[in-house]
Amino acid sequence: MRMIKLTINGQEVEVAEGTSVLQACEQLGIEIPRFCYHDRLSVAGSCRMCLVDIEKAPKPVASCTMPCANGMVVHTDTEAVKQERQGVMEMLLLNHPLDCPVCDQGGECDLQDQAFAYGRDRCRCTETRRKVADKDLGPLIKTVMTRCIHCTRCVRFMEEIAGSPELGGIYRGEKMEIGPCCEGPLHSELSGNLVDICPVGALTNKPYAFRARPWELTKTESIDVMDAVGCNIRIDSRGNEVMRIVPRLHEDINEEWINDKARFACDGLRLQRLDVPYIRKDGQLKSASWAEAFDVIAKKLRPLAPHQIAALAGDMTDCETLFAMKQLMGKLDCPHYDCRQDGVDYDVSKRATYVMNSTIAGIEEADAILLVGTNPRHEGTLVNARILKRWRKGGCPVGLIGAPVELGYPYRPVGESALAMRDLIEGKHPFADFLRKAQKPMLLLGAGALARPDGPAVHALARELAEAFGMVREGWNGFNVLQKAASRVGGLDLGFLPSGQYGMNTNSILAAAQGGRLEVLFLLGADEIDMDRLGKSFVVYMGHHGDKGAGRADVILPSAAYSEKDATYVNTEGRPQRTYRAVFPPGQARADWEIIVGLSHALGDGLAYDTLAALREAMGKVHPHLLRIDEVPTNAWKPFGATGKLSIQPFTPVIDNFYMTDPISRCSPTMARCTAEILPLLPEGRRRA
Amino acid sequence: MSFCAPKDFFFSPENLEVAKKIMAKYPAGKQASALVPLLDLAQRQNGNWLPRSAIAYVAELLEVPAIRAFEVATFYTMFNLEPVGKYLIQLCRTTPCWLAGGEAIAQACQVRLGIKVGETTPDKMFTLKEVECLGACVNAPVMQINDDTYENLTPDGVVKIIDALARGDKPPAAFVTGCGGTCSCGKGKGGKC
Repeated sequence: MRMIKLTINGQEVEVAEGTSVLQACEQLGIEIPRFCYHDRLSVAGSCRMCLVDIEKAPKPVASCTMPCANGMVVHTDTEAVKQERQGVMEMLLLNHPLDCPVCDQGGECDLQDQAFAYGRDRCRCTETRRKVADKDLGPLIKTVMTRCIHCTRCVRFMEEIAGSPELGGIYRGEKMEIGPCCEGPLHSELSGNLVDICPVGALTNKPYAFRARPWELTKTESIDVMDAVGCNIRIDSRGNEVMRIVPRLHEDINEEWINDKARFACDGLRLQRLDVPYIRKDGQLKSASWAEAFDVIAKKLRPLAPHQIAALAGDMTDCETLFAMKQLMGKLDCPHYDCRQDGVDYDVSKRATYVMNSTIAGIEEADAILLVGTNPRHEGTLVNARILKRWRKGGCPVGLIGAPVELGYPYRPVGESALAMRDLIEGKHPFADFLRKAQKPMLLLGAGALARPDGPAVHALARELAEAFGMVREGWNGFNVLQKAASRVGGLDLGFLPSGQYGMNTNSILAAAQGGRLEVLFLLGADEIDMDRLGKSFVVYMGHHGDKGAGRADVILPSAAYSEKDATYVNTEGRPQRTYRAVFPPGQARADWEIIVGLSHALGDGLAYDTLAALREAMGKVHPHLLRIDEVPTNAWKPFGATGKLSIQPFTPVIDNFYMTDPISRCSPTMARCTAEILPLLPEGRRRA
Repeated sequence: MSFCAPKDFFFSPENLEVAKKIMAKYPAGKQASALVPLLDLAQRQNGNWLPRSAIAYVAELLEVPAIRAFEVATFYTMFNLEPVGKYLIQLCRTTPCWLAGGEAIAQACQVRLGIKVGETTPDKMFTLKEVECLGACVNAPVMQINDDTYENLTPDGVVKIIDALARGDKPPAAFVTGCGGTCSCGKGKGGKC
């Protein structure tokens, strides 16, 4: 790469060719004010706030659009530049209302901060300000369009990152507005990021409107567990209430975006909470003390044989809990436990078989992508955003095997069922050429292909396909499984799976329960199973929300949601990450692992740890990678897979309603509003109806 | 893709042929370039205005997001986003016309039609609009009615033009005064028009 030398404020700097003056200034740590420039979006050069003086240039130059050239002499600290910025600031404020005291952006507003730092202290304009009608953008985004300064970040975001061009600059000149073509909810799952990307208070968080000021909030860095991507988030709380969730930068996972469920479902954390233990007496759930609840369970378990007990883990169960539960089941001599509540049963004996080996950031290196039985937009929104990012760079054809879905980028339909995979291997489909020519082809295998009776066979066929097209080669492993449950990879890593040759998997456990062969079933936040199949078994539900599992339970053990505990989760790449406690669990609810340890003592044979640190130490002895936070281990590629009959049934998407997939989002009023208002507009919603 | 799916606008079979010809002028993959002519075609088919559904229809035809077509349609003042009368009278109000008496022309139109600028007569025959320069300053004051420019206007003259249109006659362009051959009617070559 050619390097270019220039001088900024008397300092020499060498930058790569194509670097803008603004970026060069950033490299030197010189702050350039800006509104429209955003380093993940295309450059618009519309706000003019980044003006600098360049010697021999006749006019001030917008540094975001000006590429560096050899010998350029740039000034950013002269009186002239100060006046230029003041002038731009004055123009931007001409039509901007002075409503900071009632504006939700106040305190974290770029316009406010930069007006303070770079503006004049008064306005010379005596004309009236213009007013712009607010736009209805649905239940998530509140608009006050008079505040808009037309930076077009939102327009570019929707097109370039969300892949859903719904906003634009309409009308012209003095009458220009930012708005949609037709008012109504935005139908991108990334629309919440508009709140962050808007430098003023034009687009704000609707459910959070007027609820808190940024300086009152306690900020806790954590991760999202609504899907298996493991987006990095910051939980903003006040007192013991989660007020809002915002994204946190992680270049290898979510960059600086999160999906709408991660951001807006947090109001579900306040509602329908289980805050005391319950015991079912005469068909009614009655509140009880911890001791009573443990006592009931202990009495129930004592006379039972090990094979009459089973445990199922849900989609949000953390590693510590799974580890403790597995040990408790070991103490009970019981082999029946499973972390795959959706009943998938493919070969998970090797780690490479169930994670995203290429990693999410690795998508950017891929040069041909085959999606199999997945709608990544719903199963891993930020994975889809990364595929879109890759696709926009060009030279990366995307193929899809499965029911048609809308992904935000064009893809080549390759077929709808496993037969299409066979066709590809045999080279019968033209997409095979793309895969064969690619240097780094990748495959993304979703639950639509795996969570079905022939899932194990499809999984094995996917391995065959990956090997046929050289997806696994030196320095590159393009075999990827896109998990959709935050707990899943952790559960599989820990081996929260039927043990020994008699251990029952989810389907067998449910069949045993239905057939009356199972006496006690522990549900660790497992709500996605068919409760009607539990027969007469005694159900102990440990979870944080009054969801389906709690409704069926005989004993409820109230636990902590992800915002209320320090816990480890492993994302779909196999990357362990930790949540941190932002608020306390409500009432008598406790962290899940504490409950299990407590229960083990009630059963007379206590687990050997009573602090989280001790538990983690024990866990780390068996699974050292779970303590290496934010590191993605590379996984050896070994033969795997099961043979079986393939079905010709098409792969169908597994998520019908993106906005409600877990106990928290199902309790969220905001997600309910999305379900009511956005879903009917989407193909998924029409299919559901 | 879009929420504003076309519902009640489609090109007539003849116009669809015209649209295809227009689209064929552009290289493969660059059909979006035909946006402005197709919006114009849609507007002509639809009584001189463009409903949202027509914009969405054209967008779908050209495989561009509806919002991109909507941006274009709202940018150009020649696209009418609301219904207009059979005759859309566009009065030039830019400096040369104003200096040459454009205001009196506007006044005469408003009195004759009984409406203000920006309004449509109750019989839906005339809509009066003020626009910026129509590019015929040499014969100011000027106005444009649908596709025709009328130049060298006088207050009496515009009333006659409107009367003629109201009767159903088509007044010749440059109806009012002799221009000495400078107007665009083409008749004045070598003499008075």
